[in-house]
Amino acid sequence: MPVTTLTIDGTPVAVETGSTILEAAQEAGVRIPTLCHLDGVSDVGACRLCLVEITGTRKLLPACVTEVAEEMEVHTNTEKLQEYRRMVVEMLFSEGNHVCAVCVSNGHCELQNMAVELGMDHSRFSYRFPQRDVDISHPQFGIDHNRCIFCTRCVRVCDELEGAHVWDVAHRCAGLKIVAGLDQPWGDVDACTSCGKCVDACPTGAIFRKGSTVAEMTRDRGKLEFLQQAREKGEWTR
Amino acid sequence: MDKVRFATIWLGGCSGCHMSFLDMDEWLFELADKIDLVYSPFADVKEYPDHVDVCLVEGSVANEDNLALLRQARKKTKTLISFGDCAVTANVPGMRNPIRNSADAVLKACYVDMGDTNAQMPEALGVLPRLRDRVQPVHELVSVDYFMPGCPPSADRIRNFIDPLLRGEEPPTEGREAIKFG
Amino acid sequence: MELSELLEIGQQERTRQKPIRVHCCTSTGCQAANSLGVKKKLETAVNRNGLSDRVEVVGVGCMGCCGRGPLVQIDPENLVYEEVTPEQAPSIISGLKDSSVVEAQPGDPEHPFFTKQFKIVRETSGKIDPERIEDYIAAGGYQGLHRAIGEFTPSEIVNEVSKSGLRGRGGAGFPTGLKWATVAKAPGDRKFVICNADEGDPGAFMDRSVLESDPHRVLEGMAIAAYAVGASEGFIYVRAEYPLAIERLQKAIKQAKKYGILGTHIFESQFDFKINIRIGAGAFVCGEETALMHSIEGKRGNPTPRPPYPAQSGLWGYSTLINNVETFCNIPAIVTNGGDWYASIGTEDSKGTKVFALTGKIRNNGLIEVPMGITLREIVEEMGGGVPGGEVKAVQTGGPSGGCIPASLLDTPVSYDSLAQVGSIMGSGGMVVMDNQTSMLEVAKFYMEFCRSESCGKCIPCRSGTVQMYHLLNKISDGEATEADLEKLEQLCEMVKHTSLCGLGQTAPNPVISTLRYFRHEYSELLQPETINV
Repeated sequence: MPVTTLTIDGTPVAVETGSTILEAAQEAGVRIPTLCHLDGVSDVGACRLCLVEITGTRKLLPACVTEVAEEMEVHTNTEKLQEYRRMVVEMLFSEGNHVCAVCVSNGHCELQNMAVELGMDHSRFSYRFPQRDVDISHPQFGIDHNRCIFCTRCVRVCDELEGAHVWDVAHRCAGLKIVAGLDQPWGDVDACTSCGKCVDACPTGAIFRKGSTVAEMTRDRGKLEFLQQAREKGEWTR
Repeated sequence: MDKVRFATIWLGGCSGCHMSFLDMDEWLFELADKIDLVYSPFADVKEYPDHVDVCLVEGSVANEDNLALLRQARKKTKTLISFGDCAVTANVPGMRNPIRNSADAVLKACYVDMGDTNAQMPEALGVLPRLRDRVQPVHELVSVDYFMPGCPPSADRIRNFIDPLLRGEEPPTEGREAIKFG
Repeated sequence: MELSELLEIGQQERTRQKPIRVHCCTSTGCQAANSLGVKKKLETAVNRNGLSDRVEVVGVGCMGCCGRGPLVQIDPENLVYEEVTPEQAPSIISGLKDSSVVEAQPGDPEHPFFTKQFKIVRETSGKIDPERIEDYIAAGGYQGLHRAIGEFTPSEIVNEVSKSGLRGRGGAGFPTGLKWATVAKAPGDRKFVICNADEGDPGAFMDRSVLESDPHRVLEGMAIAAYAVGASEGFIYVRAEYPLAIERLQKAIKQAKKYGILGTHIFESQFDFKINIRIGAGAFVCGEETALMHSIEGKRGNPTPRPPYPAQSGLWGYSTLINNVETFCNIPAIVTNGGDWYASIGTEDSKGTKVFALTGKIRNNGLIEVPMGITLREIVEEMGGGVPGGEVKAVQTGGPSGGCIPASLLDTPVSYDSLAQVGSIMGSGGMVVMDNQTSMLEVAKFYMEFCRSESCGKCIPCRSGTVQMYHLLNKISDGEATEADLEKLEQLCEMVKHTSLCGLGQTAPNPVISTLRYFRHEYSELLQPETINV
C-alpha cells in the first residue's frame, strides 16, 4: 500500500495514497465538520464546512474531495475557518424555515448539532422565510421542504445505493428544490421502492417517517455505510 | 451592594420561557435577594421603568405593541437578552411569515374561516395592536447583548446564564447545555 | 485537399467577386435596426441602376460601431454610412454610379474608433459573408489549419501557442499554451475540444459577434487545437439566446465538412475532427467549465470542485481542452504568423489583442479589438468619444465577476495584471462606461441581483450569501442600514469570495468590493446612525 505522509494541525499522519484529507483527518482523530458528506456515498463538496487551509495554497480546499499530498500541511480549525463555518450554518438557518421546537428531528439533527458545535447562538443574517411545501403523498414517508438544506444526500443514496434515482435537484438559486421523479408528488413516483434510505440519510427533519412527532425521529446512519461496504467487501452481517 | 434592577418582557411568544423561569423553583428565593424585579408579567407594573440593568425578552416581534415595548426596553436597559427561540429566531410565531400578507391571512383564517359563532375580523382601534406582516426576531430590530436560545430554555440553562451575569461575569455562550435551539 | 486547391478556391472566389462590394451588416444588432430591409433596397437599387456587373451587395458580419447601425460600407473605397434607413439605401447605390448626393449619414473611417484598432480576431469580421466558406478562404482562411497539419507536429503547434503568450480570453486568463500542453500530455487516445460560447455577462457580446461574423475562424481555431492536443471530437457550447450564431455555425460546419476541412482525413491527412453544437438552456453558470461539461453530458449544469481539472478528467471523464471563442480565434493567425509575431504585440504579461464590447454612457457603442497595453483612457475617451454631455465616472470591466475602475485611474493600461491591481479583471470583454449620474450602489446591486438569480444553488455561500448581500445592499439604498450592516456586507464579501465552490460565487462579491474601494462614500452617506437600534 503506497503511503502519503502529511501533517494535520501539526500532527504527522501517514495514510494510504489517494485518500482524502477528510479520511486522513479521521485517521488522525481530528474532527472536521461536515454536512453534505455521508459515509458510503460519493462526495460533492457543496456544504463548504469541511474547507481547510493548506500551507502554501491561497485557496481554501474542501477536505472531502481533496486528495492528500506528500508533506502537505493541513490546518483544520483556524480562526478564519471557524468564522466562515459559523457563517455557513447561520446562512442555512436563515435561508430555510428551521423551527427546531416543532421538528421531528429536534435533538437528533445534524444541523442543530452543527450550530452547537460552531457556537451559533443566533443568526446574524436576516431570515428569508421562503414559501415551501410539505409533501406527504408517500404512504410511509414525508418530505418537509422547509427543513431541507440541499445537502443532496437523499439524491445520492437513492441513486448510488438503491439505484432508483427518485430524487433530484430542480431550479436554482433561492428557488432550489429537491424533487421526486419529474417534480411529482412523492407518492406518485413508481420508481420509489420505499426502501427508506433517504430517510436514514437526511441530516435534518426534512425527510421523515410518518407518525413520528416532535423530537421522536432518529435515523440509522450506519445502515447506509454498512450496505455500501457489504456490496464492496461481501460482508452481509453487522 | 445595590440590587440589580431586573426586568422581563413578554412579546409574541407562548410565555413558556416565563414558565421555565418559574421552574427555577427555590433558586428564585436566592434570586429575589439579588434583584429588584422592576417590570415583568410577574409583577403588576404598568410602565417600563428607567435605568433597568438586565432585561430578558421573551417572544418575537409580532405586533406593533411588541415593537413599542421592545424599543422602550432597549432604550432604558443596560443589558438586553434575547430569551428563548421566539426572541432569537422568530420560531413558531414566525411560521406565518412565508404567507403573503400574513397578518390579514392568519386573522382571517382564525377569526373568520374558523369562527364558530359571530365570525368577524378582530378590530378594535387602540385596544388590539395591529399585527405586523413579518414576525421578526428581536435582534433584527434592536441591538441585543446576549442570546439565550431554547424552546423554552430549561430552568437550569436560565440559572446558569443569569447567575454569572448578576455577578458581573460573562454568561456561558458555548455548548449544548447553553445554546441548543429547540 | 492540397494547399494549391485551397488557394484555388480562394482565387475563384476573388474572381467571382465584383470590383465594388457594398457591405451591409447582417449581425443581430444591425438586424434589430432593420439592416435586412436596407440590404434588400440596396440589392434592388443595384439592379435598377444596371450595376450588377460591377457592384454586389454582400451581407457581412459586424463592423464594430454597433451603436450606429445599420451600417453600410463600400469596398474598396472604404466609405461608411451609419444609421442607414431603407429609404436612404438607393441613394448610396446611385452615388456609386454618378457621384450624386448620398442621403445617408457618412461615417468617419479615420476616427480613432477605427484607427486605434488592431484586428486579429476580428480581422475579417464585417468584410466577408459569414455564410460563405469561400469568402473566408478567399481572405486567407483555413491556411493556418492546412499549415498546422502539413508542416507542424502537434507538439510544435503547442510550442508556438506557448511562445505566443496567449492567455485565455474567457476571463480567467490561464496561459493557453500550458493548458494545451497539459491536455496533449494527458494519457488516453480519446480527448475532446470544447469551445465555450456561453457568453453571458451583462453588456458583453464579443463572442456572439465573432460567431455571427466569422464562424469559420472559430472552427479553424478549434481544429488546430484538436490537432495539437490529439482530439478528434469537439463541441461548441453556445447559448440558446444566440439563434443567428447557432444558425451560422451550423451552416459553417456543413460547408467545412463538404470541403473536407472538417470530418475524417482532414486535408487528406490522418487527422479526423468533427464538431457538434450543444445549445445551452439559459443558465449563466453553464459558462463555468465543469458545469458546461455536465450540461453537454446531459446532466444538471452544476459545477464540481477542481481538481480534477478538465485536462485531467473532463467530458465523460476524458481529458478535455476547453477554451473560449476569442481564444480559438487567435489561433489561426498564431499558426500562420508564428508565436513570436503574436508575442510582439501587447505587454509583458498580456500578449496580443483583446476584443471589448464598449457600452454604457458613451458616444461610440460597439465592438473594438485593441492591442493589450492600450490605456482605458484611449479606449473610452478617444475611441469611444467620451460620455455625451457628461463626464466619465467609472468603467466597469469583467461583468458580474469584475469591478468598477474610477475615472482617476483611466490611464491604467489594459492588461491582466494591471486591471487586477486596480481591483477589476480583464474578464471576457464587457466594458461598461458610467457617467456622473450613475449610482455605484445601484451598479453593485444590479450585478448582485444577477449573481443571486444565476447561482446554481449547489454551495451555500453562493446560494445564500448572494441573497444576504443583495438584501444588505437594498437595506443600504433604502436608507435603513447602519455602519454595522456595512461591516456585515464586507464580511460576507470576504466569506463568499473565499468559500464558494466555483468562479461564479468566488467573484460575485467583486462589484461590491470594488465600488466600496473607490466609492465608499456613496454607501456611507446613506447609512443611519447606530442609535436607531439602541
